[in-house]
Amino acid sequence: MKQLPLFAAVLLAATAVRAETLTGAGSTFAYPIYSKWSDEYHKVKPDLQINYQSIGSGGGIRQFTEKTVDFGATDGPMTDEQIQKAGGKVLHLPTVMGADIPVFNVAGVDELRFDGAALAAIFLGKITNWNDPALAKLNPGVKLPDLAITVVHRSDGSGTTYCWVDYLSKVSPAWEKTVGRGTSVNWPVGLGGKGNEGVSGLVQQTPGAVGYVELIYALQNKMSFGSVRNKSGKFLKASIAGVTAAAAGAARHMPKDYRVSITDAPGPNSYPISTFTWLLVYPRNTAGKGAELKGFLRWMLKDGQAMAPALGYAPLPATVKAMVAKTIETIQ
Amino acid sequence: MTRAAGERFGDRIFRLSLAAAAGLILLAALALAVQLSWASRATWAQFGPAFLWGRTWDPVGGSFGALPFLYGTAVTSALALLIAVPLGVGSAVFLTELAPRRLADALGFAIELLAAVPSVILGLMGVFILVPAVRAVEPWLTQTLGFLPFFRGAPYGVGFLAAGLILALMILPYITTVAREVLRTVPPPLKEGMYALGATRWEVVRGVSLPYARSGIFGACFLALGRALGETMAVTMVIGNAPDISASLFAPGYSMAAVIANELAEAAGDAHLSALIAVGLALLAVTVVINGLARLMIYRLEGRA
Repeated sequence: MKQLPLFAAVLLAATAVRAETLTGAGSTFAYPIYSKWSDEYHKVKPDLQINYQSIGSGGGIRQFTEKTVDFGATDGPMTDEQIQKAGGKVLHLPTVMGADIPVFNVAGVDELRFDGAALAAIFLGKITNWNDPALAKLNPGVKLPDLAITVVHRSDGSGTTYCWVDYLSKVSPAWEKTVGRGTSVNWPVGLGGKGNEGVSGLVQQTPGAVGYVELIYALQNKMSFGSVRNKSGKFLKASIAGVTAAAAGAARHMPKDYRVSITDAPGPNSYPISTFTWLLVYPRNTAGKGAELKGFLRWMLKDGQAMAPALGYAPLPATVKAMVAKTIETIQ
Repeated sequence: MTRAAGERFGDRIFRLSLAAAAGLILLAALALAVQLSWASRATWAQFGPAFLWGRTWDPVGGSFGALPFLYGTAVTSALALLIAVPLGVGSAVFLTELAPRRLADALGFAIELLAAVPSVILGLMGVFILVPAVRAVEPWLTQTLGFLPFFRGAPYGVGFLAAGLILALMILPYITTVAREVLRTVPPPLKEGMYALGATRWEVVRGVSLPYARSGIFGACFLALGRALGETMAVTMVIGNAPDISASLFAPGYSMAAVIANELAEAAGDAHLSALIAVGLALLAVTVVINGLARLMIYRLEGRA
């Protein structure tokens, strides 16, 4: 009886020695799906353990660059300069997609339509009241009150912010020139809330507020949100299908390295404020790791994608999947 | 002979290990300053001391200035002290001089509990209770005190005022607890002498207790200020997180600790990272300077007393 714990410990040590581990770090946005994949893949392949730390995309890129992790994860692609620092050869593999949605708090109004120009003007502080003619024109039949607009944005650096300002940069030259793209930007107006919950909390508390949160967060909390006009002129409420359509729309002009923004994508059903999230891997890995990575990524495309919608992520469209499958085979 | 030598040897080991422990603390503090300076050298090289009075914080354009954060930290901490010091010292006097023993023990225990509440819990309370309350009170403040520049502007609820109030709540138990302990050390004969001369309770408190405990109470206040300067979570949840400088307490602001906590994880660019670490160094410098001033003040007070 006394030997039993010892026996168990030896057994445990033995399995620990045999098990391979892959470590990754980065995006907090993608953490729920990556952690799900890591669990599910562990069931398929018990001798491989995948550890993923959601430290933020910026931290993920840094750790990946310093090669302290086997793969990185980011919501915004690495810049050319960052790739140079990481040795010049980095593969960006899109895994799933997400979207940002506009949320607002205007008494008596449940449905609102926005377009890129109006959103940019609001976030630039040029439209300051809900009764602005530009908003009235977008929303015929809606009685918009004389109420000051309070802009709410994320205070923490975030891929959600990157997607939002990337869209605003595409639809508004003024935004691109004065503010630009980034995970944290110099906001012309507004209050900052920490995380999706901070933004939605401030919006819900402040009469006249407008802000943006991740689609997943809105779906989980059953929030009502506005629709946005896409490139084809259609007003769309964000949905998982709309996000996948945006990726399909952008796929026709997909660059080989997948570093592409799918905001304001063409296509009648493309939701315009959508984004990929990427895994970062090196094309050449130390012996053993490359094969393990490859196995996991193949499984992610084949079986993992189906788990995305249940967690609120949009799966890759078939065209992009086919392209990524080829890229995965080049990993060594 | 051998035994005495052994003791001497033991003593030496004892002294050396204690010295090492003390030296380690000093070394850690020094290492912190060196590390922060080194990691932020790019920012200091690019902006120089102007970083401290620059007002733009633009991670995209790569232009960084820390003044809005310094301002926000200073204003919220000052506001917190303004509220918490009279309340804290007042309740400490009540607990030591006026309250019945049992009530004093119960209240003292409750105040110590307040000190143990994690700041994120206080922040949540701030978001759900304090901020709506502040939002409701702000229009009234504008009506009655609007002639002062501090009480103007849109009633967002979040802002300097909410952050100052939550900080006041956080530092109150420190001030009360330490001030109470110090007031307890006032020698009873001094007070009894005053009473024998026919002094009222108020005169005893003002003439004996407070002057006797003065340096200790100052120490308590600076300890509290140190906490207020560095507090991150509760502040970022209610301050509004906008790097603006505004005279109005209703306006949203930002603090040094809050911007580091918010932006560090996603700071991808080296310039951004370096600027955030420079803010950290500035925060360290501010706390060191304030603690130094506190020490100086306490020495002077003690010298006079």
